[in-house]
Amino acid sequence: MRMGSAALEPQFRRDRFGFLLRQGETGQFGASSLASDRVARHAGPREGNNQMADILGPGAKAPDFTLNVTPDQRLSLSEFLGRRVILAFYPADWSPVCGDQMALYNQLLPEFRRLGAELVGVSVDGVWCHQAFAQHRNFHFALMSDFEPKGEVASAYGCYRQQEGVAGRALFVIDEKGVIVWSYLSPLAVNPGADGILDALERMSGPEKADVDSASARNVA
Amino acid sequence: MSTLRVPVTSLDHVQGPEDAPVTLVEYGDYQCPYCGLAYPVVKAILAQLQGRIRFAFRHFPLTEAHPLAETAAEVAEFAGEHGKFWPMHDLIYENQHRLSLPGLFALAGALGLPQVEMRDALGAHRYAGKVQADFMSGVRSGVNGTPSFFINGVRHDGGYGYPELMAGIEQAMMAEA
Repeated sequence: MRMGSAALEPQFRRDRFGFLLRQGETGQFGASSLASDRVARHAGPREGNNQMADILGPGAKAPDFTLNVTPDQRLSLSEFLGRRVILAFYPADWSPVCGDQMALYNQLLPEFRRLGAELVGVSVDGVWCHQAFAQHRNFHFALMSDFEPKGEVASAYGCYRQQEGVAGRALFVIDEKGVIVWSYLSPLAVNPGADGILDALERMSGPEKADVDSASARNVA
Repeated sequence: MSTLRVPVTSLDHVQGPEDAPVTLVEYGDYQCPYCGLAYPVVKAILAQLQGRIRFAFRHFPLTEAHPLAETAAEVAEFAGEHGKFWPMHDLIYENQHRLSLPGLFALAGALGLPQVEMRDALGAHRYAGKVQADFMSGVRSGVNGTPSFFINGVRHDGGYGYPELMAGIEQAMMAEA
């Protein structure tokens, strides 16, 4: 297997600190099946609301709901009235693509808050699973459990996948009055990224500068 | 179709001729194991297509998942200011499995970079703005994880094993020809 080691400066093979450069790149390359596992990540259409486009669209009132965010704490969408909400449905905690998606959003929390928006993740996983997932990944936003009756909230937003028994990868941006201003359904295996969310938030008029930071501190799972 | 919203400029770290028919841009994280897998693939492709490809690397550190990613990116920027971005870039990936803060200083030492100055630059987050600008340019271009590649400004939606990445590049080359 051709690898790039030939391009390395010979003096970097092993430095005086004992840093060894990879000699056996075959080992590294042998793991490339890992990389191909993620091929599907990018596949499929991204623009607009595609197939299964029965998710709620712009102009629809966002259905209110109350779900557990921690084993002993429940949260309602209506508590966010007066603030913008990004509702991110995803299929499952721990699956690699969701991990990436939620890790990206976690990283973007300051940007979302700058644009006046709160982030909430929703999946059918149970509260303890959410708690372990959020702790493991250092998430600083709420993960809600659409657990019992299973998928009820995802169904209300039109993104429940009966066959797999999970929420589809749907995004909703909801305005201060609880109205959906943008939504997008990504194919199950595709991480939709954050560009659509940020574009949608920027198209909205300037954020009503609610006290988003202190409010969101309360909602951390 | 996601496209690169911030074109490659002189502010980028670039290898290869400016008039190359193909420009490959990677958004990567120094602590991301998938980027570690892609590193030798990119190396091999750059060697294979030498003179016909331009490569730019932009930072996309997911710091909550990878606590050293931001520091490593800033270390690479520091090395860049001393004309050693690419040697540092390579060393970081080649030692990714043992990445640590003392290790980054050791790499700086190995490259003859002034370590005290590096400590001060890291302490003052002198390069944090540049790293964040890279990150946001990626987010706005549809980067959804790392590594993400753009070939002539269009996001590469295939895998990043050698055959798939090479196929994407060759396709772009044919489109240019």
